[in-house]
Amino acid sequence: MTTLLTIAILLLVSIAVWQITKIFQVAQLNQKVDDSQVANDKDNDWNGKLMFAFLVFIYLITIYSFWAWGDVLLPESASEHGKDYDRLMWISMALIFFVQIVTQALLHYFSYKYRGRKGLKALFYADNDRLEFIWTIIPVIVLAALILYGLYAWSNIMNFEEDEDALVVELYAQQFNWKARYAGADNVLGDANVRFLQDFDGLNLVGIDASDPNGLDDVVVQELHLPVGRKVIFKMRSQDVLHSAYMPHFRAQMNCVPGMITEFAFTPTTTTEEMRQNPDMVAKVQKINKIRYDKSQELIANGEESLESYQFDYLLLCNKICGASHYNMQMKIIVEEEKDFNAWMAQQRTFAQVIQ
Amino acid sequence: MGADAHHHKETFITKYIFSQDHKMISKQYLITGLIMGIVGIGMSLLFRLQLAWPEQPFGIFESTLGKWAPDGVMDPNVYLALVTIHGTIMVFFVLTAGLSGTFSNLLIPLQIGARDMASGFLNMISYWLFFLSSVVMLASLFVEAGPAAAGWTIYPPLSALPQAQPGSGMGMTLWLVSMAIFIASSLLGSLNYIVTVINLRTKGMSMTRLPLTIWAFFVTAIIGVVSFPVLLSAALLLIMDRSFGTSFFLSDIFIQGEVLHYQGGSPVLFEHLFWFLGHPEVYIVLLPALGITSEVLATNARKPIFGYRAMVASILAIAFLSTIVWGHHMFISGMNPFLGSVFTFTTLLIAIPSAVKAFNYITTLWKGNLQLNPAMLFSIGLVSTFITGGLTGIILGDSTLDINVHDTYFVVAHFHLVMGISALYGLFAGVYHWFPKMFGRMLNKQLGYIHFWITAVCAYGVFFPMHFIGMAGLPRRYYTNTAFPYFDDLADINVVITIFALIAGAAQIVFLYNFIHSMFYGKKAEQNPWKSNTLEWTAPVEHFHGNWAGDIPEVHRWAYDYSKPGHEEDYVPQHIPMKKGEEELQH
Repeated sequence: MTTLLTIAILLLVSIAVWQITKIFQVAQLNQKVDDSQVANDKDNDWNGKLMFAFLVFIYLITIYSFWAWGDVLLPESASEHGKDYDRLMWISMALIFFVQIVTQALLHYFSYKYRGRKGLKALFYADNDRLEFIWTIIPVIVLAALILYGLYAWSNIMNFEEDEDALVVELYAQQFNWKARYAGADNVLGDANVRFLQDFDGLNLVGIDASDPNGLDDVVVQELHLPVGRKVIFKMRSQDVLHSAYMPHFRAQMNCVPGMITEFAFTPTTTTEEMRQNPDMVAKVQKINKIRYDKSQELIANGEESLESYQFDYLLLCNKICGASHYNMQMKIIVEEEKDFNAWMAQQRTFAQVIQ
Repeated sequence: MGADAHHHKETFITKYIFSQDHKMISKQYLITGLIMGIVGIGMSLLFRLQLAWPEQPFGIFESTLGKWAPDGVMDPNVYLALVTIHGTIMVFFVLTAGLSGTFSNLLIPLQIGARDMASGFLNMISYWLFFLSSVVMLASLFVEAGPAAAGWTIYPPLSALPQAQPGSGMGMTLWLVSMAIFIASSLLGSLNYIVTVINLRTKGMSMTRLPLTIWAFFVTAIIGVVSFPVLLSAALLLIMDRSFGTSFFLSDIFIQGEVLHYQGGSPVLFEHLFWFLGHPEVYIVLLPALGITSEVLATNARKPIFGYRAMVASILAIAFLSTIVWGHHMFISGMNPFLGSVFTFTTLLIAIPSAVKAFNYITTLWKGNLQLNPAMLFSIGLVSTFITGGLTGIILGDSTLDINVHDTYFVVAHFHLVMGISALYGLFAGVYHWFPKMFGRMLNKQLGYIHFWITAVCAYGVFFPMHFIGMAGLPRRYYTNTAFPYFDDLADINVVITIFALIAGAAQIVFLYNFIHSMFYGKKAEQNPWKSNTLEWTAPVEHFHGNWAGDIPEVHRWAYDYSKPGHEEDYVPQHIPMKKGEEELQH
């Protein structure tokens, strides 16, 4: 890391020094030439060469970024629709990289190759309908394919059916924490509104309407448990400002909007345990723990507490600016086998029990 | 109006302060824009320090933020305020007013051959409203509870409720007032630009002979007139909700232990209204930069711009499409998914005219005789960042892919490259190219080269790694990511980004020095230093109200007869009559 920075800074310093010497050279020329602040052949020459160097720089920073930081990217998707998502992402990325590499090469190579010289004349070339037609129609075809694939995936993700056996969960957002409400034995969420929040001395955490029988078996928790392989339909609510329920490992996100209920659905495919065994994740967690260990040594040296070692868990983050502690609005998600999920659920208290 | 009509005596106040001369107004716009730019970029450096070394004390925080940084540690609310005001200032005050205001004012009359704007008086009012809105925005930084901090998109309810965040009190009120004034300024300016381009073109200056700069400014003004009023109405409705208890955007809210009375409003409505301006705004920022690039590339390549007709058509296509793509900011806002499909379709369509522009720029360079002046470097740089940033738009514009990168650093990287850096490069290209026209003196080219190369390296150094942070799943507008051990491995990247940002910031000092120094001590400019074809270079170096001493030059050809066969010189200015038997290109 430090090497890269040193190289970058050295490079910049050397460019600066080179430039400053040139300033002095030109300062002397000033007396003779009148158009001294207009690029001359020498300027064209070295700037043209730097243009080529800049192309190399763009390629290098791309390669370096992948080499150094490729492992920070999200692991493969832990949800069913995420497979489609990842495939579309990779197709788009491959396309982008191809176009990026070719167009940057042309742009910078031309800037280098055709750097000006006195006495040369440019080619008077103002139009070529065929050429322009080609580079209009190619993006049209490529984009049409991408749009079709994208729309197909989008409608599969968003137009989910409300199956009988899907698990219905409400994600409830407030400054600055999350709560989850399970629909209970009847799998129907009871009516709710912020007006009920003050009932039962604040025990009614998400404002369930106690007069709606569907709500009595609802379960409100601060940690989201999901059974693997079963579709989950999320109903999002917010009690104060906009929030966004972002679950990056599942390729899932939806805003929580005060005054309305928004929806998203996915089927988790990988349990937390399985994800912890994923080789990419193992390597990532090791790297993180190495960083945390090093930091802890520093902290201990300063007489402060050391950091706990980290273990992977799925996350629900807030991804819509919501106030001072927006950066720390999170909830743990645990994906587990159906039987573990049921066992956990059996220990939770229903709304009826809570308000008794 | 004849030239002599303007030969009345000018006092200091009418010449330098309440000037109705478009050239002076353009300088006023530029300098106000640059001052706002210093504030906006300075803020970004402050919050970059916080992001690289979270919750560390910095002396600079204590001195700049005062009570907002107890013991030198930045407060989370101030972090949000800084990103909010940085965004607002850069998008509106620097890249809308500073870029479009400066160059539309300078170039529209000069390049179409007019003595001034259609209404010099409205033009003056437009600048002073902009000035006033800048003052109000800066004043909002000093209010008791801090400036607006709800993000530059000011989504309610966060922006509507002082209970939700301290910045949503007086700070947000001033933000809204400032923006309302700004919109008035922008509308007056835009109407003036439109009328001037339509009515005051000199003899021979048909629409198909207009330089692409003018096309860009003209179309930008139209987009502004269409979309800015919608933001004004959104702001007014928000003011109603905030101060008069209406419920346009608010419903069912419980905050600080209290149920509020609002019923039936929807924040999603605000998002629609905001982005109805917000997305065209991207092109209000970008099109003038692209127009400047077209002009600078052609002049310095000593070649006609490739595909003039296609360039005009793509400006028009982008302008039209820009008004029907706003929903791509709202794929996961809770709006009907079917709308998401429609907006995906329209959004990806916009890639087509954008691609045409990029390819045409590249072809303009092919077999040119490139004069690599600083303005030219910035224009080439613009094409480069426009491509790099634009390509990721294919991912963000696709509703499916947007789900997981929406509002992450991936978005931050994308829009900074494609509109932030690109438009800034356009601004710099314009300043380097037209500085001689504005101030009668030349900028120092060596300092210009230093400025460009450091900025160019740093722009990629800052924003390329940001894609990775975003694809790791880190949301934007996080005060720090230390609350998530999962993101601990991003700390390195954040340090790299901040170092590049600091160097980039330092490089802008070189520019400022060059700018101020050259204004007074720069080499005197020749009349047409870049050997350009457009009309502004036929006007004398010394400014006077009315632009040309004698008759306004008549136009006989388009603006891009560079290196035309049959001519001695490699440029043929627009006012030179056709030779016998010389053919004008059909367009």
